[in-house]
Amino acid sequence: MVKAIESYGIPVVHICTIVPISMTVGANRIVPSVAIPYPLGDAAKTPEEEKGIRRSILEKAIKALQTPVMEQTVF
Amino acid sequence: MAKIRVVHYINQFFAGIGGEDKADITPQSRNGAAGPGLAFAKEFGDAAEIVGTVICGDSYYAENIKTAQTEILKLIAAFEPDAVITGPAFNAGRYGTAAGGVAEAVTKTLGIPAISGMYHENPGADLFKKSVFIAPVSDSARGIKTAVPAMTKLLLRVIETKGNPGSPEDAGYIPRGVRVNIFNEKTGAERAVEMLVKKLNGEEYETEYPMPEFDRVKPGDAVTDMKNATIALVTSGGIVPKGNPDHIEASSAMKYGKYEMESVHSADSANFATAHGGYDPTYANADPNRVLPVDTMRTMEKEGVFKKLYKYFYTTVGNGTSIANAKKFGLEIGAELKKDGVDAVILTST
Repeated sequence: MVKAIESYGIPVVHICTIVPISMTVGANRIVPSVAIPYPLGDAAKTPEEEKGIRRSILEKAIKALQTPVMEQTVF
Repeated sequence: MAKIRVVHYINQFFAGIGGEDKADITPQSRNGAAGPGLAFAKEFGDAAEIVGTVICGDSYYAENIKTAQTEILKLIAAFEPDAVITGPAFNAGRYGTAAGGVAEAVTKTLGIPAISGMYHENPGADLFKKSVFIAPVSDSARGIKTAVPAMTKLLLRVIETKGNPGSPEDAGYIPRGVRVNIFNEKTGAERAVEMLVKKLNGEEYETEYPMPEFDRVKPGDAVTDMKNATIALVTSGGIVPKGNPDHIEASSAMKYGKYEMESVHSADSANFATAHGGYDPTYANADPNRVLPVDTMRTMEKEGVFKKLYKYFYTTVGNGTSIANAKKFGLEIGAELKKDGVDAVILTST
């Protein structure tokens, strides 16, 4: 899906837990996440801490989208 | 001759420990065969025996690859095996990654043969086919009956030939992209001309050197004016409006959903849930923002980090979904986003 959407020239950032799978699939901008059942959160933390985690991952994603890349890059 | 001592690596599901709720279990071992190992033991006959089974939860492995590998190798080595068999992982992505990774680590670290079995689209096959002999098997556990003899044949062949089992077609493994020298009666020039003549005549011919497939897309240009950008959220984590109105399948998804988001400020548990059958849904259902981060995206939109969150979100279940379907979904979604002038996409996966 990442590649098919990006084939229109729209930059896609893939937020995912298993980075090696994203690499083999061919995502160009990759941001690692926390865990499979909660990629953008952490069930062990308080709701406030979770929001902080979510925010920092999304900020990294926004930064990745503003970063020119020539090859697959893990941010 | 003494029987070959084989250790079998499987995940928590095939060990009968549990499904996604047990996917975080740490590595453990049992004496003898378990789960699909019983079928292997039968197929081995007098040639080999399963002396032990090592089990690890798929999520634990995927989230702690290095630690998990070290622990698993220790458990495997304790059985003093002659060879290791992993899977079959069919089309389960995390299981394939683990089965391939364990087989590779066994060969490299313990110096004994290890083989696996996977569906050819399993990401684990792509990751490890270069270093591990992987028997091609079907995409679901329904194919266990054919997988067991295929993997047994491959294992015995790899052992007998001391790691040189012959061509992928003969030995039954996914091509590794390794070139092997062979002698041919005709010179290369003769064969090339013959091939060319066949091609000109429109006849069938078989290349001797298939070009590797580089299925890559050019990275999209970076967003230069984020403050004026529209961003779309897409997920393969299966977050849908509660009740799953379009009945997106829990695995092997045949469709995706497109849902209005203009009035949504948070993917709260009252209105959203996951349809994904490939991970423990407890945490995503308790707070779907953990997979589809609408709440934080709205905050960032309000703060002016970017201009607008696109009015729809797209969702599907990335669980054994075929590459062909995923590509089709992506092309349809991309065309709509392009038409609506979306500047960038955040795609989340579990």
